[in-house]
Order: sequence, then C-alpha cells, then structure tokens
Amino acid sequence: MSFLSDPRWGEALAHLPDYLGNHIRVSVTALALGLAISLPLAIAVRNRPLPRGALLGLASIVQTVPGLALLALFYPLLLALAALSLAWFGVGFSAFGFLPAVLALALYSMLPVLRNTITGLGGVDPAIREAAQGVGMTPLQSLFQVELPLALPVMMAGIRTAAVWVIGTATLSTPIGQTSLGNYIFAGLQTQNWVFVLFGCLAAAVLALAVDQLLALIEAGIRNRSRLRVLAGGVGIAALVAATLVPQVARSPTSIIVGAKTFAEQYVLSALMAQRLRAAGFSASSREGLGSNVIFEALAAGDIDVYVDYSGTLWANQFHRTDIKPRQELLAELKTRLARQNITLLGELGFENAYALVMPRKRAEALGIRGIADLAAHAGTMSMAADYEFFSRPEWAALQKAYGLKFRTQRQMQPDFMYAAAASGEVDIIAGYTSDGLIAKYDLVVLDDSRHAIPPYDAIVLLAPKRARDEALRAALAPLLGRIDIASMRAANLRAAGGDGASSPDAVARWLWEKIGKR
Amino acid sequence: MQRSSLIAFAHVGKSFDGGRGAQPVRAVDDVSLEVAEGEFLAIVGGSGSGKTTLLRLANRLIDADHGTITVEGEDVRSVDPIQLRRRIGYVFQSGGLFPHFSVAGNIGITPKLIGTPQNEIAARVDELLDLVRLDRTLYRDRFPHELSGGQRQRVGVARALAAKPRIVLMDEPFGALDPLTRDALGDDYRELHRKLGLTTVMITHDMTEAILLADRIAVMRGGRLLAQGTPAQLSDSGDAYVGELLRTPRRQAERLNELLPRDGAA
Repeated sequence: MSFLSDPRWGEALAHLPDYLGNHIRVSVTALALGLAISLPLAIAVRNRPLPRGALLGLASIVQTVPGLALLALFYPLLLALAALSLAWFGVGFSAFGFLPAVLALALYSMLPVLRNTITGLGGVDPAIREAAQGVGMTPLQSLFQVELPLALPVMMAGIRTAAVWVIGTATLSTPIGQTSLGNYIFAGLQTQNWVFVLFGCLAAAVLALAVDQLLALIEAGIRNRSRLRVLAGGVGIAALVAATLVPQVARSPTSIIVGAKTFAEQYVLSALMAQRLRAAGFSASSREGLGSNVIFEALAAGDIDVYVDYSGTLWANQFHRTDIKPRQELLAELKTRLARQNITLLGELGFENAYALVMPRKRAEALGIRGIADLAAHAGTMSMAADYEFFSRPEWAALQKAYGLKFRTQRQMQPDFMYAAAASGEVDIIAGYTSDGLIAKYDLVVLDDSRHAIPPYDAIVLLAPKRARDEALRAALAPLLGRIDIASMRAANLRAAGGDGASSPDAVARWLWEKIGKR
Repeated sequence: MQRSSLIAFAHVGKSFDGGRGAQPVRAVDDVSLEVAEGEFLAIVGGSGSGKTTLLRLANRLIDADHGTITVEGEDVRSVDPIQLRRRIGYVFQSGGLFPHFSVAGNIGITPKLIGTPQNEIAARVDELLDLVRLDRTLYRDRFPHELSGGQRQRVGVARALAAKPRIVLMDEPFGALDPLTRDALGDDYRELHRKLGLTTVMITHDMTEAILLADRIAVMRGGRLLAQGTPAQLSDSGDAYVGELLRTPRRQAERLNELLPRDGAA
C-alpha cells in the first residue's frame, strides 16, 4: 500500500484545480473555435465535390502532423504575427501559452467535425429533402429545420471524437506555456515522478470520458427528443466551463510567474525561487516544462517573470555566437546584450551546467590525470562516449583543437546510461554534464579544462523587463546568488532523480535551501 | 362550355443529363395538357414515362426547358417558386413525412412557414385529422415511425391540405399500401376532393386505380402524351399501348364478375 500512501498523490491533488481548470479552458475554447470554423465550412462545401475534397484533404494532412509539432509550430508563427501587429498597429499580443494552444488544437479538431457533418448531411434521404422543398421551405429553412436536425446524430459522433482528441492533445500544450494536465506528465517524466505521470494521464482520461459521456447524453436526448437529457448534458458542460473560471479568479494580479525548462534541475530551481518569493510575501506560481527557445521569448514578452538559464546556451542560441570567451568577459557581454532587450541578468547562482569530460576518480588518480591536458597522451588507447549531439557541437571541435585529442573509438549513448558505462569501465571517458548528480553517485571526476575550450555555462537568473525595477523581487532572490555550489546542485539533482516522496521538486528545493541557506 | 383550366402545360419539354457522355434523356417531350378547375386527373404510365417529371414541373421542383406552364392563370416562371409551392398541396410517394416532426408538426408545417399563428395552426391540425379520419387525441403527438403505412399517407394528405390549397398534386400516393387500405384511402380522398372543391392531379402506374378515382386520364410513355380523356374516351383510342393498359382492368372486372355472386350476400 506504500504506493497509494505516497505523499506525492496529495501534492498532485493540490495542483488539480489549476491544471484541470486551465486544461478545460483551453480544450473547450479550442473545440468551440473548431466547431465555429468547421460547421459553416462543412455546410458550405457539402454539395460541391471539388472544394469538399480539398478541404477534407487539408484537414487530413493537419491530422498527420504530430500534435507536439503542430503546437510547437504555432509559437514562432504567432510570435512573428505579434511582432508585425505591434509594428503596424501598435498592438501586440502574447504568442505564448493560451493563444497558440487554442489555435493548434482547434485546427486539430476540424477533421472529425468536417467529415461527420458532410457525411451526416449527405446521408439525409433525398425524398425527405424533396418533401422539404415541396411543402415550401426555402433552402435555409430546409437546412435548419430538416437536414441539420436529421444529420445531428452523425455530427455529434464527430464532435465527440473531436472533443476526446482535443482533450488528449491539450496535454502537449505544456511546452508552449499553456498550463494543462500535461504539466503532471512533463514534470513527472523529467523528475522520474511516476505518481505525477500516472495522475496526469488518469486525470486527462477521466476528463475526456466525462466530456464524451456528457455529449453522448445530449446526443441521446436529441435522438429521443428528451429535453431532460439534453438539459442534463448541457448543464454538465456548462459546469465544466464554469470550473475553468476558477484559476482566473484564484490568480491574484501581483503573482510572479517562475519559468522552468524541461529537465529536473530546472524544476528544482524554479521551485526554489517560488519558495523564496512566497517567503518574501509574493504570490508566486510556476510555469514548468517550457521549451528551451520558448522560455526566453516568454520572458522577453513578460509572460513569465523570472527563470534560470545558462550563459553558454544564451550565447550560442539567442545571440548565435560561436566564439568562446573567458567566463567573466562572456557574462559581462551577455549582460549588456540582454540589457538592450530590457532583460535583467540578476546574477549567477554559483554553479555551471556545462559539457565536461568525465572519468572514474580512481582511474584518473592511477593514471595521474588531473585535467584534459593530461588526457592527450592516453587518448589513443581510450574509448569515449557522449550524447547524440555532442560530437557535432562546436565544443567538441574546440576541445580537439585545443588539446589535440584523438580517441580510439567514439560512441553515442543515451545520457542516462553514460555515467554507469563510465563507472563500469565499458567506456573510459564520457562527455557528461557538470551538474549531474550521477557524477557524485558513481564517484566520477570532472577533468579540468585549463585552456577554456568549453564555453562557460553559468546558471544565471534572468528577470523580465517589467520586473527590472522590482527591488522587493531582487531582494527575495538575492540570497540564492552565488550560493549554489556545484556539489550542492549535484546532490539536489541526484535527489530529484530518486523516484520517491522526497524527490518532488518542492521537497528537493526545501532540502537545497536548508543546505545553502544556513551558511 | 369549357371550365377555366387551373393548370395548363403547353408544348412542355424537359431533358436530363444522361451522365458520362450519354445522350441527354428526354423525360418530357412536347407535352400539352390542361387540367380544369375541380377536375381529378390521373396521369398513368410505366416507370420512365415522364409522369413524375411532369408533376414536378407544375410546382417548380424542377424547371422546364421548353414550353409554358401556367398555374391559376400565371406563368410559373414569373412566380416565386417558394410561394408557388406553399399554395399547392403535394402528396409524396410513401408520405415523405419528416421523421423528426410529430404528426401535428408535419401537418402544420406549411401554415407555419407562411406565418399562421400557433393557435390557428393547432385548430387546423385537429380539423385536418378529422378530415383524414385519424383520431386527433390519439395521433396528434405521435411520430411518423409510430404509424402504419396507411396512417402515414393520411397524414401526408392532411399536410398537403393544411394551407387550404386549390390544387393538390399526388405522386403515386397509394402505391405502397395494401389493397384494402389503398381502396379505403382512395375513396376517402375522392370524397375530400369533391367536398373541398379541389383540383387534383394524381400520378399512378395502376390503370384500375386511375379509372376508379379520376374524372379524366392522361397516358404517358417515353416522355410523350399518348392519349387523354375519360375512361370511355380512352377505350375508343386506337393506340395499342393504351389498349394494353386498359386490358388489365377489363380482364380483372370480367374475372371478378365470374367469380363473385352478383348480389353479394355472403
């Protein structure tokens, strides 16, 4: 019974009003928009074979685009539109979260609605259509009084399919900044919190089934001409929509939104910052599981207020720099470049999450290897492993050039397995991540990069433009700056991967604060 | 001597696309036919004879290619087809009732479209149910699928009469019914036709039915009008096909005379 008495169930439940409310809000809006577009379109093309075929074909193609990709595509599209709108009309809008999620999901809902509406209308007995004409109905009267009511059961089946699809796919809107039941799933997968994953899946499934059954009730009511059933189904849907207003009401206007990317360290750090902000009297909420490119734009646009990024990541991805500078120079230049976008680089947390060459401590000591410079002599007899992208990254080229490294073999590996492979001696050297907790767990050592071939990846706290002058906010986060050393972060990351009650980001963040706050 | 004609077809033609490179089909070919006020005309012909097309041309469910059709003295091309259909009753093959409307909803549809007040429609529906001999309290709120074929067709007739038309068009109205129901319904309709002073055009493939119900019969074949007149006039027609059509009822009558005792006390 330990599985059911796990404290994380309670923690998951505490998030439910926010996640579920947002999930319903985005799903219902997307479905309503999808219906508002699909129904008139289906009616307009029903008797025209050419546009009908084109429309159904287009909707089918949309359906073949994976949900995650479709959602992700809408973000840059809207970002560009928002920039255009700001330039031309002086009115910008947020390309983050709700809007791209609603648009992508609405597009996703169209196929079943279009297909079933066209099929349903086409299935109306021609004799009945002629009778409608014969008794003196106009084409519109025939459509609304005869054809649509008779096609309704088939149309409802399509609407039910669309509803289930939209509710399921809405879980994928988390990475573009829309809070949903997917927050459980994304957070759970990243922090090995299977309770969260299970909870998120169950909640989404129950919601989909509930909406499906409510729509089925309405459908049965229409078919059997039972007003009671239509009413009951309608009230159920209305109650769901009303529930979506809860998070809006609950969110106080002064709330600080802390962002987090998609890996465990980020969840822990965002939880830590949120805890500090609450301790300072702010109301704070987290927006987790954001894509790496989404999160920076979201901060620049003010959709989130604060998050932790890494200097080397911004250097390469945001400013497209391939040159490598010493740590302080790079930070200083980054700071001025960010300031041009009114983004505040508040400071460094005190650790780096960079690529690094890693090997077992005992072996390194035995061979007398302290830094990468010592490695060159042994490389010819050693094997090396790295993640799927490392060997094509500029860091690797720089390393080879600076130290003249040439290994006997090079292998690509799933990051989770690399450390164990190095510990067991299956490979001699791996390109690991400096803040990974497994380095401590397997008693590995990070080799010193004395020639600074690898750019610095200092963890830095960034503030949104609108929070630049918020002294209370700065003061609340100041105790974290320079305080999180690499050993503490590794220990925290190891705990976060623990897979038990003490491994939730909140619990690990409290532990980390205990550890660093008391110094 | 001649009563004014309420419906008149003059050299009317209508062709349909034969589909995929085939020759267009001449469904109605140069037909001229007049229906006098108060007359009951039956149009008889086999399938593909063009009889149903001719009927649909009268209330502009389809439009003619050639010729002129006048209804109540007006060229139908100059009238709004919706308004035209609302003032002509139309009885469809096997009812054509709206399955999602109750009996009352079906009967009251045309008055409702015209904008008749709800209470007047309700009264009219009850009156029509009486007229077609259906118990008002028992049938008013039923749905078409709860009715027998004969009852459905009675509702179909009531619906056609709801907006008090002068003209009723009927497309094989009794074709799908069992002989007893058919006989009863035919007689009942004939009585309504007389009592309400209607002008009726009925399509049928059954010459016996046509002879028993109609004042005058028009025979069509291959889109052309072969003959028209009273049953007596038709039997004088020299046309081979008309003769063939008349042979069946004649033979039936002879057989029945042979088989049934004259003064039929059972």
